[in-house]
Amino acid sequence: MEVLFALAIGVLAGSGVWLLLRPRTFQVIVGLGLLSYAVNLFIFGMGRLTIGRAPIVVAEQGIDAALHADPVPQALVLTAIVIGFATTALLLVVLLAARGLTGTDHVDGRESR
Amino acid sequence: MSPGFAHLPVVPIVVPLLAAAVLLFLAERARALRVAVASLSIVAQLVTAAVLLALTTEAFPDIWSQGVGVYAIGGWRAPFGIVLVIDRLTGLMLLLTAVVALAAFLNSLAYWDRVGPHFHALLQLLLMGVNGAFLTGDLFNLFVFIEVLLAASYGLLLHGSNTQRVRIGLHYIVVNLAGSLLLLVGVSMIYGITGTLNMADLPARAAALPAGDRTLFDAAAAILGVAFLVKAGAWPLNFWLPGTYAAASAPVAAVFAILTKVGVYALLRLGSLVGSADALAHVEGTALLRPELFRGGLYYIGIATMGFGIFGTLAAQQLSRLVGYSVIVSSGLLLTVMGLDHAPLLAPALFYLVGSVLATSAFFMLTGMTGRAWRTPSRPLAGTGEPAPLPTAGYVPFGVRQSPAVPEEDAVVGVAIPAAMAFMGLMFAFCVLLVTGSPPLSGFIAKFAILSVAIHAAQSAPWAAAGWLLVAVTLAAGLASLIAFTRIGMRLFWSATGRNTPRLRLLEAGPVAVLVLLCIGMTIAAGPVMAFFDATAQSLRAPRIYIDTVLAEGATR
Repeated sequence: MEVLFALAIGVLAGSGVWLLLRPRTFQVIVGLGLLSYAVNLFIFGMGRLTIGRAPIVVAEQGIDAALHADPVPQALVLTAIVIGFATTALLLVVLLAARGLTGTDHVDGRESR
Repeated sequence: MSPGFAHLPVVPIVVPLLAAAVLLFLAERARALRVAVASLSIVAQLVTAAVLLALTTEAFPDIWSQGVGVYAIGGWRAPFGIVLVIDRLTGLMLLLTAVVALAAFLNSLAYWDRVGPHFHALLQLLLMGVNGAFLTGDLFNLFVFIEVLLAASYGLLLHGSNTQRVRIGLHYIVVNLAGSLLLLVGVSMIYGITGTLNMADLPARAAALPAGDRTLFDAAAAILGVAFLVKAGAWPLNFWLPGTYAAASAPVAAVFAILTKVGVYALLRLGSLVGSADALAHVEGTALLRPELFRGGLYYIGIATMGFGIFGTLAAQQLSRLVGYSVIVSSGLLLTVMGLDHAPLLAPALFYLVGSVLATSAFFMLTGMTGRAWRTPSRPLAGTGEPAPLPTAGYVPFGVRQSPAVPEEDAVVGVAIPAAMAFMGLMFAFCVLLVTGSPPLSGFIAKFAILSVAIHAAQSAPWAAAGWLLVAVTLAAGLASLIAFTRIGMRLFWSATGRNTPRLRLLEAGPVAVLVLLCIGMTIAAGPVMAFFDATAQSLRAPRIYIDTVLAEGATR
């Protein structure tokens, strides 16, 4: 599972960086989206990959950290998703405004010659 | 702790948040009410920051033990709950933020706040983010507050939007989103390795790491460092900076002068805390962070940033871009000094930080006024007291309704100052003296203090080459910006072509004069001010007090 998880993050981050470096605004925003998926998965992975363990302490199981998933990265990843979503939406508006004002979807606002 | 002061540390976050929320619901037409709410909030922040700063000094020893105040937001114990921590450095930065914000706010009242919707709400949100970033004692909250201030800064940058602002804003947002992702990776990695997000808890946990995790911790710290360097405007991550600052409207650029210092502050704070982890690890006989690598890297990045700033200042043709490059130079000098890791340099560097923020902020506002004087007169600006034409095109793509009509002559807004050119010329001369570090103003004192310590340090072995390089580059930067500013100043004030004397309003010109006067005050009272910065640097070099207070506060609750 660890290998699969790491590969998923790697592929997402790689594609994201490549798209981020492209000249079209749409590619850039998709690239940022992929990068933020990669980062969110990474944060999730920082809580260690476990299966079938709840982040809530159940009284019958006793207080044993090994039986539970770490809730903090889950809280972090939620926050990161919300913030990333909001800022991406904002970027989308600016992107449309730039398209409307400059008449091109090049990131520099003019076609490169 | 007396109950009256118990909740004071959270005020700089809550007040602007509430003010922003209220401002969103007030109609654009109710301008007097909006201005009243916003100014009330900023004045409250100024007073709170001043009181908080006073409480961290020796004047009130019984309120907070050893000048470090801790506020547990949720009432949870410190390593687990989220805390706000206030010490001298935090108090200083809060006060600086409030002063700059008040000046920019007053300046914006003359014209810019009516150019687009929600200027005051965005400014309040920005202040909330900046104050929170300075106050928080938790790494993830640092990320959240930086995100808040960035989101507000996107809106402020686009304020009064025109084609150039939207184009530059696109770059600015993309760069900062990518930087935020790096910040997230760094923070979560540090949590994954050490199991804590509390900045005071971090050093002990980091020092106790097994050998195999140390490289990972180094990598996490480096990623975090890169994210902060993007914010601080370090080369080669600063190509967005001059264009952004030049494109922003004058009061917005004036507030932005504090934003790069958020990155510098984060590096200072974490450097101070993690540096103490180094010390702990050294006690156990192993080096944790390979400090020579980390510090050395910071030093050379700082030198390169200053070098980039030198070329930029010499090449810049616009005054606003030139001031943007001097922001880069000041960031570079601060990073270099931090990288040199020579204890006596820290106090002059803090003096320089405060002075340069005040000076560049004043300069950006002045740039707005001079820009109006030399704009090609598409409409008669001079004599009629009419503000510059509204950039109407910007509203259409956003689907935002037109801002209310700008009144022809607002009686409330102030009187026209005669001899506007003389005032602008005088302020320009003062700002140049401050920014370039020429005698006799505070910029000179800060640079002189840094140079004298550096020259003294360069006599002895570990700092010999690095010290002389710092001296050389600092002097070169001063000379280059002096040349560049003189050239542009001559073109602005001595060539008579295409100039129309603007009518300055008191609200517009006053804040510039006040900031310059503050710098002059820092020059006159240089002794006491430097003593204060010495004490601040002292507290940064002894992070044990910070760590122990934060953790002890948690234990006693």
